[in-house]
Amino acid sequence: MNNKTYNGISAPYALWCVVFILAPLVIVAYYALTDSTGAFTTANLSGLSLYTDTIARSVYFGIIATAICLVIAYPLAYFISKTKASKQKILLMLIMVPMWMNFLLRTYSIMVLIEDSGIINNFLVSIGLNPIHMINTPGAVIFGMVYDYLPFMVIPLYTAMTKLDVRLIEAARDLGASGFQTLRDVIIPLTRSGIVSGITMVFVPSVSTFYISQKLGGGRYTLIGDVIEMQFQTAYNYNLGASISLLLMVFILVCLFIMNKFGDIDEGGSIV
Amino acid sequence: MRKLGTASKIYMILIFILLYAPIAVLIFYSFNDSNSTSVFTGFSLRWYGELFRDEATITALKNTLVLAFLSSIISTIIGTIAATGIYYSKTRWYKNGLLTVNNIPLMNPDIVTGISMMLLFVFVGTILKVSGVLGFATMLIAHITFELPYVILNILPRFKSMDKFLVEAACDLGCTPRKAFFKVTVPYIKTEIIAAFIMAFTLSLDDFVISYFVSGPEFQTLPIRIYSMTKKRVTPDMYALSAIIFVTVFILLILTNIAQDDAFRERFKKKPNKRRATS
Repeated sequence: MNNKTYNGISAPYALWCVVFILAPLVIVAYYALTDSTGAFTTANLSGLSLYTDTIARSVYFGIIATAICLVIAYPLAYFISKTKASKQKILLMLIMVPMWMNFLLRTYSIMVLIEDSGIINNFLVSIGLNPIHMINTPGAVIFGMVYDYLPFMVIPLYTAMTKLDVRLIEAARDLGASGFQTLRDVIIPLTRSGIVSGITMVFVPSVSTFYISQKLGGGRYTLIGDVIEMQFQTAYNYNLGASISLLLMVFILVCLFIMNKFGDIDEGGSIV
Repeated sequence: MRKLGTASKIYMILIFILLYAPIAVLIFYSFNDSNSTSVFTGFSLRWYGELFRDEATITALKNTLVLAFLSSIISTIIGTIAATGIYYSKTRWYKNGLLTVNNIPLMNPDIVTGISMMLLFVFVGTILKVSGVLGFATMLIAHITFELPYVILNILPRFKSMDKFLVEAACDLGCTPRKAFFKVTVPYIKTEIIAAFIMAFTLSLDDFVISYFVSGPEFQTLPIRIYSMTKKRVTPDMYALSAIIFVTVFILLILTNIAQDDAFRERFKKKPNKRRATS
């Protein structure tokens, strides 16, 4: 088969990409730059300044949730990679099972637990303690993000750690490095690719979520995803919604670009 | 290798408890006799009964399965052919361009993918002066679109270990390119095709965000149904549904794990030297 044939058989997919991946993005930009009559305007983009608080809150919540995920998942992934090979598979599967359960149901189950008259508070009252107000707080929203997206952090970290050469850790220890030094100078740099993809995989859905903030934040802590959802499903202001989506997309792409730069340093670094 | 200390084992157990506690609680309360979501009054299967009498949920379940089957079959077929073409293409800009575009749906937040497709459909709808474009067809297109990148990325790496002269040999021996593709390439990447199909299928079953924006009122899937049910104060039949989904996912994962193990072992048994030499 020659090159022409090979390009020919991927042509249907190329066409699909142009029509259903590229064209929709162009249309988002078109809606963002026009008003409801179709006339050109920058009002939607300048209108974004009204949402500065929301955008800042989304980024802030996203960063905190990602950081917590990283701190929880890093030792977990390391420990899993150090168990017996047969056990590793089972543990990894146990991490993945909740991931395949719909995130709506997972988020909802947290709501049932932490509500004012929920299971935890009922339990506290029954043993004679005062109930704690947990739902509709920023903490609840961040907890929801951590709970929903933790597996996305564990899996890439685990993959990076299985590639880690144990002898390098032993060499570091033999040469007198403390546990902390080994972690800082050997383990973390060698698992950087896992850290980078873990951060991306948690940060992107956390920043753009809308269900978690609705259920666990009680609508009091609107995030950028909530605003987009509202414009498209209840307010029907597609133009404003498109401009917010455009902003979100550009923001995420810039973040990914920066993250990838970090990942690349690792690949071409001093390991070899 | 050093053995794990007790502290690290306790840490692992704690995280697993945290991961599973909410799910365990839901399953426990799905057997509750009363409709309280926090006080357990007695064991019953009442909510499972109610769930299966709820027609909207059953229809949504059927829709979800039909959509998942159709979209994953179509995306696996288009994706397999496209992956073959992309891997062997020598036109640099075309190959790199396609791979870059292929990454867009993977990098973009789901909500952006969802609204961008919705705007495309609405835009085309207004041009053609058709109202209510959103429905089964738009859902199908959207699902195929977000499954395709995963299918392609699942299959592409397998070509690295494939001897490129195999196809040429088949052609020299009188195969047409089409016949060579079906007789040589497809059997070689069979396992990856199946894995890609399963992945596309589960992605389709699980998707809420993209479906939410491109669905119309007359075609709803289970995640959309769950969303509208959890909007108001819900009854424990939601819990029953969660329990059923959890058990199904659990069994499916165990089965695919066993299947993958078998496939892996078989491949190593048949040609142990070849795999090692080429990979």
